[in-house]
Amino acid sequence: MTPPTDRKLLTPEEYRQAQDSPEFTELRRRFRSFAVPMTVAFLAWYLLYVLLSTYAHDFMATKVFGNVNIGILLGLAQFVTTFLITQLYVRHAGRSTDPVADEMRNRLESHQYATPNREEFPRG
Amino acid sequence: MADLLAADAPAATIGEPAINISIFGVFVLITLVITFRASRNNKSAADFYAAGRNISGTQNGLAIAGDYLSAASFLGIAGAIAVYGYDGFLYSIGFLVAWLVALLLVAELLRNTARFTMADVLAFRMRQGPVRTAAAISTLVVSLFYLLAQMAGAGGLVTLLLGVSGEAAQAVTVVVVGALMIFYVLVGGMRGTTYVQVIKASLLIIGALVMTVWVLAEYGFNLSSLIGGAIESGGQAVAEPGAQYGLTNVTKLDFISLGLALVLGTAGLPHVLMRFYTVPTAKDARKSVVVAIWLIGIFYIFSLVIGYGAGALVGKEEILAAPGAVNAAAPLLAFELGGTALLGIISGVAFATILAVVAGLTITASASFAHDIYASVIKRGQASPDSEVKVARVAAIVIGAVAIGLGILALQAGLNIAFLVALAFAVAASANLPTILYTLFWKDFTTQGALWSIYGGLIACVTLIIFSPVVSGAAVNPTTGKSTSLFQDVDFHWFPLNNPGLVSIPLSFFLGWLGTKLSKERPDVDKYAELEVRSLTGIGAEKAVQH
Repeated sequence: MTPPTDRKLLTPEEYRQAQDSPEFTELRRRFRSFAVPMTVAFLAWYLLYVLLSTYAHDFMATKVFGNVNIGILLGLAQFVTTFLITQLYVRHAGRSTDPVADEMRNRLESHQYATPNREEFPRG
Repeated sequence: MADLLAADAPAATIGEPAINISIFGVFVLITLVITFRASRNNKSAADFYAAGRNISGTQNGLAIAGDYLSAASFLGIAGAIAVYGYDGFLYSIGFLVAWLVALLLVAELLRNTARFTMADVLAFRMRQGPVRTAAAISTLVVSLFYLLAQMAGAGGLVTLLLGVSGEAAQAVTVVVVGALMIFYVLVGGMRGTTYVQVIKASLLIIGALVMTVWVLAEYGFNLSSLIGGAIESGGQAVAEPGAQYGLTNVTKLDFISLGLALVLGTAGLPHVLMRFYTVPTAKDARKSVVVAIWLIGIFYIFSLVIGYGAGALVGKEEILAAPGAVNAAAPLLAFELGGTALLGIISGVAFATILAVVAGLTITASASFAHDIYASVIKRGQASPDSEVKVARVAAIVIGAVAIGLGILALQAGLNIAFLVALAFAVAASANLPTILYTLFWKDFTTQGALWSIYGGLIACVTLIIFSPVVSGAAVNPTTGKSTSLFQDVDFHWFPLNNPGLVSIPLSFFLGWLGTKLSKERPDVDKYAELEVRSLTGIGAEKAVQH
């Protein structure tokens, strides 16, 4: 792969410095603290639904109102939770990760991670 | 996904073929004009592969929905719900929930780190040659299976809707579809292909909306009475799980295997991933997935109504007796509701669907060949961008020609094309997704781990398919006298499931871990720092092309 010129502007040291910085640790934590538990949750909920449909036929066939049974309601609930998680993610990203990511990108563009001992928190 | 879009429809037709053909012709004409207009700015590799990264998030969301709602989704899911009821509904849920994997873990990080292909990110911190080759092979395999399914589907659909029959006529249809697709890709590049997808997705969703409201109106907008109508015609089983997959313990396991492949396959489909590169920033990539999730979700809810509506108003027996069987449900319902005109519109949309999806697949496969194999491996990164685009165009012609040839063969062998789509999902989930996730999130992951996971997943998946009932040894259907297997009179199967996902996906994750642990070389810490910082902050991400 031949990187275009603008990518060459940042050195491996800068990336290492940025990766080790407390703000990046915070960004990573904020990203993963939503994405990882949520992924586990929706996969578990989906698999539970698949297993119920496969092995709990009578439970799923229990009628709730008219001809609508628990299976159809839980299926529609999968749609609802998918839409809900989508919007929760948009809100989380907008409030929690985007501001830190934008801030860090600006600092990387102005090479603020270029010196190994940058004086971010000067001690008196 | 058994029976979705069986390709061996007998000759018969409904409605007025002339109207179906004219509506399809109008779609082709409009999209050709748009493709020509889009071709003006098709100079650089970024233009050809990624539409100059100038597509808006909303447009790209529509295009993703267009890519994803293939004929198997539109005709297949509605048909499966009409015939098998609840079990058909289960497919659509797997297809939808899968998008959360793409949204939460893949889309934005990929947009920030890669340029044109899936291999860009997989090879980012690994030894370029071997990993890029592996990723390109897997891309080509997945795309070709998917492509084959769509091409064979076009031939099957034609028999039903245009009233042409016989092997020669079907072959001509496949050639025409293939030639149109090659034209879109060569002239329009990714931008032209994107516009075709956007138009097609809009038509499809509007068409489905009209049918949904129409069906609901027939039942006083009451879901319970609609299901009641379906039960009246198809029996109580259509409202409950198990009509298709609840028969034996093996079919139950098979369903779980399919469910796993569906939910983990989407975020590993190369033609889906490539769409994330067509927008200016990662935030636009996020927006496109959000738009796509809403459109796809709403469309599948429409499919539920259309499916039960077809079951209730047309009737299960009549659908199964029609040419195209399960796949005829939506067209038959359209005819039942709105007569020849609505049928013509729905048929035109169905053709448009196939055309748009094959164009998207062709550009993905040709980009992977030109960018990963030609430019990066053969020319070792020394190819000029112009020559790379030239190679991509030639590759599009070759891939198109191969797809036409194989599509005709698949059609005439009566190959069940749904099995090809399910196989594409299983291969994507086995060969691609584990490596994508390890690459993005596991700092110790090595080249050896990536290779073991990609090749291991790919080989396990394809091998298990070859020795499954899909290829040989399935029980003979007493009504048709034929087995559902690809080969009729031999039986060399030993793997009981139709879908290999339950075995091959965990195996691929395991091989990625094992290959890494047994690896002698150390992971490249500098490249991982670059990948991680770039993926989360968007620094150094490819910019949109200014025209």
